[in-house]
Amino acid sequence: MDDRRDLTLHINGQRHDIRLAARKTLADAIREDCGLTGTHTGCEHGVCGACTILVDGDPVRSCLMFAVQAEGRDIRTVEGLAERDNLHPLQQAFIDHHALQCGFCTPGFLMLIIGALAREPDPSEAALVDLIASNMCRCTGYKNIIEAVRWFEGRRSEKGES
Amino acid sequence: MKPAPFTYHAPALLEDALAILGDTAQDDGRVLAGGQSLVPMMALRLAQPAHLVDIGRIDGLGDLIEDSAGLTIGALVRHQRFHAPVVEGVLGRLLRYVSSHIAHLPIRLRGTFCGSLANADPASEWCLVAATLNARMTARRRGETRVIAAADFFDGVMATALSPDEILTGVQIPHPLPGTKVGFYEFSRRAGDFALAMSLVSYRIEGGVVTDPRIGLGGVEEYPRRIAQAEEIVAGQPLESDVLERTAEATAAAIAPLVDHHTSAAYRRDLARIAVLRAFARAAQGEPADG
Ligand SMILES: Cc1cc2nc3c(=O)[nH]c(=O)nc-3n(C[C@H](O)[C@H](O)[C@H](O)COP(=O)(O)OP(=O)(O)OC[C@H]3O[C@@H](n4cnc5c(N)ncnc54)[C@H](O)[C@@H]3O)c2cc1C
Ligand code: FES
Ligand code: FES
Repeated sequence: MDDRRDLTLHINGQRHDIRLAARKTLADAIREDCGLTGTHTGCEHGVCGACTILVDGDPVRSCLMFAVQAEGRDIRTVEGLAERDNLHPLQQAFIDHHALQCGFCTPGFLMLIIGALAREPDPSEAALVDLIASNMCRCTGYKNIIEAVRWFEGRRSEKGES
Repeated sequence: MKPAPFTYHAPALLEDALAILGDTAQDDGRVLAGGQSLVPMMALRLAQPAHLVDIGRIDGLGDLIEDSAGLTIGALVRHQRFHAPVVEGVLGRLLRYVSSHIAHLPIRLRGTFCGSLANADPASEWCLVAATLNARMTARRRGETRVIAAADFFDGVMATALSPDEILTGVQIPHPLPGTKVGFYEFSRRAGDFALAMSLVSYRIEGGVVTDPRIGLGGVEEYPRRIAQAEEIVAGQPLESDVLERTAEATAAAIAPLVDHHTSAAYRRDLARIAVLRAFARAAQGEPADG
């Protein structure tokens, strides 16, 4: 028997009242029930990181949470990064440094990096490589992703942000 | 890649969780903690529980308590919590270093220490820590609480002494005695992958010889455990290279390695031997690791 229930999710500051089965992952609920298809699903079992989003500020795999577990949590997805027509500086850095090719992995990397830097700004080279290894990119070879992050971090410290 | 249907329960009280689990365990009702092992298994339909009891909303299970007996890790303490040392001294440093070997940040932010023990993957770092440092597991079911010693807890590949209606509510790691040295070494093909072999050793030097040696090995056999045959060789001996060589060889000889398409028994024995030697080398430097 499918356990269906009413649920409210808060994504990028907006409220979504939806009805779904308990077995629906947060990734699928965000895409199918809330219509936010920027969050991608690749492996759907926790290994690729394409589905990474922020839940209460933490970067997590949205395919490894059920939507019912996210009730009352503050969810952020890639759609919440840009302000109107202005891309988030990390998004712009990805474009400027060729940190994406097909772009399938990009939303996951953006959310991973933004969530991780908020916890620990200015990571060492080793810590950054370790962080980037969380997610899979089949195109770029990761080097340009690291360069985009370096540029973004440099810009933040110039502006004195933390 | 979609989990099969189930009924979801999210009790706010441990007593309620125990009651629901008691009622649904025979129906493959299961605890949902961090979900970082269970949800992948459900996505692959290797697990199809009819009920999930989510313990994530129960207050108090996220506590880490240090007292004279040791460090008690509650059921909702996540891997990432250990990223900063949670206790002073060698134990805090060890747990910090070991946690950095578990998966990646997003998984470490969700997955729990106790979930790793209940899941009992042969390559789980926390299972090796619990087995080597003689942890004590507190298991609760409706109307009953019991404590299980590490030596009696692991039972096979992903099998433990927990019964389906029990919740592992906390794990206590005794404080290492003053002067204890610990060293951890893990071999995996890529950072964040499951280990092919890992070793955790701890000992003290008293009167120039090794006292209370513990040699734990994980990722090699069905479950992590202490290797008594190796501990006997090093006990009471000076920490010299020929003693350590014999200790490592005794480890390799005492084990029944898991084999798969990529790793033969001989290869795993060799990794076990090297892992023990390197864990001892790290312990001798006075740090769990060089990192
Ligand atoms: C890509 C990836 C890489 C990983 N790499 C590693 C690694 O290198 N090393 C490693 O050790 N792990 C690794 N893991 C697994 C991860 O550490 C899990 O967090 C851990 O194995 C289980 O903890 P959990 O809290 O997520 O448990 P869950 O997934 O919620 O549960 C796992 C099992 O334990 C049971 N359970 C959980 N908590 C309790 C409890 N308190 N009482 C009774 N039963 C309970 C559940 O019913 C279930 O059967 C990886 C996972 C992924 C997705
Ligand atoms: S789709 Fe979630 S980790 Fe791959
Ligand atoms: S840009 Fe194609 S997978 Fe990363």
